[in-house]
Amino acid sequence: MRLITAVVKPFKLDDVKTALEAFGVHGMTVSEASGYGRQRGHTEVYRGAEYTVDLVPKVRIEVLVEDADADDVMDVVAKAARTGRIGDGKVWSIPVDTVVRVRTGERGADAL
Amino acid sequence: MDSQEGTADMPEISGADTAWVLTSAALVLLMTPALAFFYGGMVRAKSVLNMMMMSFGALGLITLLWVLYGYSMAFGDDLGGGLVGDPTEFAGLEGLMSPESVVGTIPTMAFVAFQAVFAIITVALISGAIADRARFGAWLVFAGVWATIVYFPVAHWVFAFDGVTGETGGWIANQLKAIDFAGGTAVHINAGAAGLALALVLGKRIGFGKELMRPHNLPFVMLGAGLLWFGWFGFNAGSALAANNTAAVAWMNTLIATAAACLAWVLTEKFRDVHATSLGAASGVVAGLVANTPACSSVSPLGAIAVGAIAGVLCALAIGLKYKFGYDDSLDVVGVHLVGGLVGTLLIGFLASDAAPAGVNGLFYGGGLDQLGRQAVAAFAVLAYSFVLTYLIGLAIAKTIGFRVDKDVEVQGVDLNEHAETAYELGPVPGSGFRPLAGAGVGSAGGAGSAASERVEA
Repeated sequence: MRLITAVVKPFKLDDVKTALEAFGVHGMTVSEASGYGRQRGHTEVYRGAEYTVDLVPKVRIEVLVEDADADDVMDVVAKAARTGRIGDGKVWSIPVDTVVRVRTGERGADAL
Repeated sequence: MDSQEGTADMPEISGADTAWVLTSAALVLLMTPALAFFYGGMVRAKSVLNMMMMSFGALGLITLLWVLYGYSMAFGDDLGGGLVGDPTEFAGLEGLMSPESVVGTIPTMAFVAFQAVFAIITVALISGAIADRARFGAWLVFAGVWATIVYFPVAHWVFAFDGVTGETGGWIANQLKAIDFAGGTAVHINAGAAGLALALVLGKRIGFGKELMRPHNLPFVMLGAGLLWFGWFGFNAGSALAANNTAAVAWMNTLIATAAACLAWVLTEKFRDVHATSLGAASGVVAGLVANTPACSSVSPLGAIAVGAIAGVLCALAIGLKYKFGYDDSLDVVGVHLVGGLVGTLLIGFLASDAAPAGVNGLFYGGGLDQLGRQAVAAFAVLAYSFVLTYLIGLAIAKTIGFRVDKDVEVQGVDLNEHAETAYELGPVPGSGFRPLAGAGVGSAGGAGSAASERVEA
């Protein structure tokens, strides 16, 4: 199994969710995140004082999938989150040992 | 006065005037909670409650001092030189409840009420200079001492006219004859100079000029500015102490100058910073209100446009001074109230028109330099007195009980440590268990908790 993590623009969350549901992924964890990549931040001005805000708001989406689906899921997420402009985010995957469904105690692929 | 013979011994009270002054007093009272929102929105989320509590603390404390001796110090018979009223004359306000006790055409108590809320907001204004870092207890001590030896005497200088409440009044009102209709000197220059002194005593916040200290809730700031504007109609038009033409002119000028300043501030931003900001619009509103406060009875509607526009531009530029000179006047009490107060007070010397109720001509209306000189003396006397006295009071508090919170408290947030509260429940993770204190105070976990639970079970 693999954990797919995507950090994308917040307004793209709905598109990614819809695309993943269509692909057959039925669960995800979403959290608010902030950070920057090549995009860097932006400036804000309060009463004439200019602040550089380095950290830009993002959402982090986490999905657990079977090994065989990992590449496809990453493609689905990347395609749905893409605007073509700088700051679209990243998607990566890491291996996961095992998973337990809390309610039933099922393990491994059955718990997905 | 053409009162009826039968009622000659009873002073004549005007119902209309009384209703307007009592209404105005309520409007001015609202300005202090409004200020709490205006200031509260400008600080970071971790210190918004402390910011608002400084205003509410002033509401509580200054009201009581006003009853005990404050009104007497401001409006009692002059003790000499027009410097301060007799603190014992109306102490406790006992003698002012009778129907024979009047100020002009209103009951004395209506006048006492109207002036009480002025004292409260003037003290509260200062708190903006020391955001995020003051101990609440020290602030209350400061508020009480400052009101006693700075505000009450200065209110006497400016607002106590001979023969109105006492036989002789203050020197600015009666000897100098500077025009300060509703408190450009006594309220705004006074609070602004005090803010500068306190910012110097307390020193900069950790991270000032380096870290991001952006306002945590700009809609609060806009809400506060709107409510301040609303309340300010009472502040200015109510200062006529009558429902008359002077009140109407002051009311209209309060609308005009404020509108002009709001526009002037955002235009200044547009040229300097590229964008017109909501914080700029709210700040412009307050700057215009401040500058118009002394001037609203003495300038024409066109004069009010000039007062507001000049105040909007100058205050928008003045708020940058703190970075240049390195003092942390956190919410720009100096840039808005001191500078705005000076602008309004001095512009009377140029723009006063004898067609307005005050009936004086300034320099531009052929009145020469005479009035300008009076305005300047009043403005700088109040500035110097307030700055020096405030600095000494602040220093005395800092050296004895301590004025500023510890470093780790300031970093963590003054709300949590000074008030044991946080303003917002942020994030979906539940905090922790609930342990009723049941009036036992914050004692040891075992003591307070078990006592409470026993009581619940019993």
